Amino acid sequence: MASPQMVMYEEEFAQVQAVTDRLVQDANARVVFVVDKNGQLISASGDTGDLDTTSLASLAAGNIAATGGIAQLLREQEFATQYHEGVRQNVHIQVVSGRVILVVIFDNRTSLGLVRLRVKRANEQLTRIFEMVMAKAQDPFQNSPFAEITDDDIDNLFND
Amino acid sequence: MSFINYLSREINCKIVYYGPGLCGKTTNLQYIYNRTNPDAKGKMISLATETERTLFFDFLPLEIGEIRGFKTRFHLYTVPGQVFYDASRKLILKGVDGVVFVADSQMLRAEANIESMDNLRTNLAEQGYNLDTLPYVIQYNKRDMPNISPVAELRHLLNTGDVPDFNAVATTGEGVFETLKSVAKLVLTELKRGAAR
Repeated sequence: MASPQMVMYEEEFAQVQAVTDRLVQDANARVVFVVDKNGQLISASGDTGDLDTTSLASLAAGNIAATGGIAQLLREQEFATQYHEGVRQNVHIQVVSGRVILVVIFDNRTSLGLVRLRVKRANEQLTRIFEMVMAKAQDPFQNSPFAEITDDDIDNLFND
Repeated sequence: MSFINYLSREINCKIVYYGPGLCGKTTNLQYIYNRTNPDAKGKMISLATETERTLFFDFLPLEIGEIRGFKTRFHLYTVPGQVFYDASRKLILKGVDGVVFVADSQMLRAEANIESMDNLRTNLAEQGYNLDTLPYVIQYNKRDMPNISPVAELRHLLNTGDVPDFNAVATTGEGVFETLKSVAKLVLTELKRGAAR
């Protein structure tokens, strides 16, 4: 397999959630979410009520992937930060640890400067957490839920 | 690369529909989207040109049920089929767990099928994957069109690894869910095998 499977246990999930919850408050943001580079949503904080977070996650990852492609063509390592400015809302996107994407959606209750400042600290904290997550994923002694799944379980899923 | 979340008890996997331009990749996803219970699906996203050709990808999140208390979700993606979008195709293959190759059965598209299959193999290799070891199925689409190649010929040209293959007419849905179920099952079986290693 090209890249190891990502497994999030409750402990790390709670740590990620704590970082994003705090970022919402500190940056006065509307929504903060963390997405795997492959487009899987990991956590979301703030006013996510009417947001389609699954689609947002996939599109943010697509966006980072496309920008990464441009970077490669320009022989840049990566464009780790992106900023999209709208009329009412803005989006700040930060690649964390080359592995996950931190997305902050904010409006005029805050400023880009404050968001950048707070994202910097969150980035450092998330980097430490995801280094731990990836170290665990490579540990052969960690159990995967798949170890207990039988062929019958898989068949049953597809029985009409 | 599958993603397992113990807190929300979810397993997420990524399946990519690959194939030459206009072979019916987006039509497969549209049929799945239209025929799936609203509770089991998210919004379908299509990043397409003004002429409805896929520009970057289509995306459809789908929940297929629970397995040992874990919600099993598949994220279905298509790639843009047109030759010049190769850079985008490479990006979408990142983190893939399973591939559906959609072939266009029309005789005139034989060369495009082969070219796309070679391109799939090359692009996967660039990401460190090997098509021969990846969960992968083939769909011979557009079986309702005139001037189509016999399945035996398509199989000979495209299915050299003897993977599961299906006849389909994606516009009417024939073979669409059979293809999806087959690749989803292969993905889960592979994850189980990986866990046992």
